[in-house]
Amino acid sequence: MEKEKLEEEIRTETIRKKVVSVDSAVLAAQKPQTITMTDGPLIPKKGEKHVLSSWRVTFIGAIVLLLGLIIFKPEPYRQIFLICIQGAPVTFQVTVFAIIGAVVIGTFTGLGSVSSHRWINMISGVYVELIRGIPLLVQLIFIYYALGRFLHLEGMVAAIIALSICFGAYMGEIVRAGIQAIPKGQTEAATALGMSKTQTFIHVILPQTVKVVLPAIGNEFISMLKDSSLVSQLALADILRKGREYISRTFLSLETMLIVALIYLILTLVLSRLVGLLEERLHKNNG
Amino acid sequence: MAKIEITDLCKDFSVEGIKTVHAVKHATLTVNDGEVVVIIGPSGSGKSTLLRSVNKLEEPTSGSIRIDGIEVTDPKTDLRKIREEVGMVFQSFNLFPHLSVLDNITLAPRKVLKMDKKEADELGLSLLRRVGLEEKAKNRPTQLSGGQQQRVAIARALAMKPKAMLFDEPTSALDPEMIKEVLDVMLDLAKEGMTMLLVTHEMGFARAAADKIIFMDSGEIIETGSPQEIFTNPKNERTKSFLEHIL
Repeated sequence: MEKEKLEEEIRTETIRKKVVSVDSAVLAAQKPQTITMTDGPLIPKKGEKHVLSSWRVTFIGAIVLLLGLIIFKPEPYRQIFLICIQGAPVTFQVTVFAIIGAVVIGTFTGLGSVSSHRWINMISGVYVELIRGIPLLVQLIFIYYALGRFLHLEGMVAAIIALSICFGAYMGEIVRAGIQAIPKGQTEAATALGMSKTQTFIHVILPQTVKVVLPAIGNEFISMLKDSSLVSQLALADILRKGREYISRTFLSLETMLIVALIYLILTLVLSRLVGLLEERLHKNNG
Repeated sequence: MAKIEITDLCKDFSVEGIKTVHAVKHATLTVNDGEVVVIIGPSGSGKSTLLRSVNKLEEPTSGSIRIDGIEVTDPKTDLRKIREEVGMVFQSFNLFPHLSVLDNITLAPRKVLKMDKKEADELGLSLLRRVGLEEKAKNRPTQLSGGQQQRVAIARALAMKPKAMLFDEPTSALDPEMIKEVLDVMLDLAKEGMTMLLVTHEMGFARAAADKIIFMDSGEIIETGSPQEIFTNPKNERTKSFLEHIL
């Protein structure tokens, strides 16, 4: 009996310490966090030597292989390349517009999931659960046909909206994590100064969230470039679609897919480097 | 200036919905106009919770807090008004890292008091001069030492022209050599007649500046008295043993 009581006392004490004291050392040690949702970090940083050099090896390897094939075995690789690359504008267009759409949807979803309003909270929660629980390809085809039937949208627009909705959920989680990564002390300091919730959010939380979230959005951008290949299922003439059309005419499956893969690989690598550089810039400017 | 009256204040935390922790139990204290009151006690004794209840960063479970006769716990009270008038300094500074030192100070006057930028900048610079950091106006908070950051945080709170100031362990996160610069600023404030309620472990400061010292343990106010009474002749056993441990 005596022992139990003592144990209870100790437990209470530890709980109280956890609840009451603000551990400044932990707060001070808190570095800006990186948030990754879908693919993990795709962007090489300057500090990570091995990642950078492996990036270089892969990039040079891909370029050499592609050029080698085109120059030394022009039959059939030159033609395959010229046909597939025709799909690049579609791929880019879909990627860029869908990422913009996803950021817009994601911002609202993220705000919704940290909202203290129960219904708004519920709606964004359900949206995220729904999207995360269904394979991307299934959602894409479903939304595409739904949009086509009820709103009579053009293929490209429907594909962009569909991808935006799918990626918006992940983006929403990124924004939510970004907002929650801002230490509670920031809100408290603003509140103690007499600022309203809205003022606190606009002038204190949001600017800091953008900085935390930007690398993750860069990552999503690269994921989007790759996942945009799914729109080839929707009769859009992107890189993959062009390749598959070529295969159906010539039955050169392996050769065509090799070129398609190399094009995607090079695009992704270039993009990841660009995003990495952009991010470094940003960090330098913001001290 | 202001008078803070806390009467029979209780704060319970419910932990995981099963257990209730009584962080503050029936605390009653008064900070008179221009008085400096220091709360001391072991960690986890509810000091910070009590302090944070004054501007309602913590919602008290029961009891009353009056600032200049205005009931803070009354749901009809305009909390923003109260918070404008009661400045707060935190243990971990909580400066806004994305703003320059000057903008940290001017943000609230500009947004809350609707001061124009020029006026706010002048006010900010004069406050920075007061805490001896005028040349750091354009820097980012992260480029400052802990002591400098805390001085900026004090200037930021003063920019709202508060009638009273709350300090929540303002020097606990600082390296020893930086504590003095912060305490000096606080001493100046005390001399100017600012009403101050502090939680601190700096007994030297308490001895020098406090009008009243409150010892808390396990959520209860155990003993209240002048620095002399508490430090030289504590009546309660718990106060005695606490002071023996830290002095």
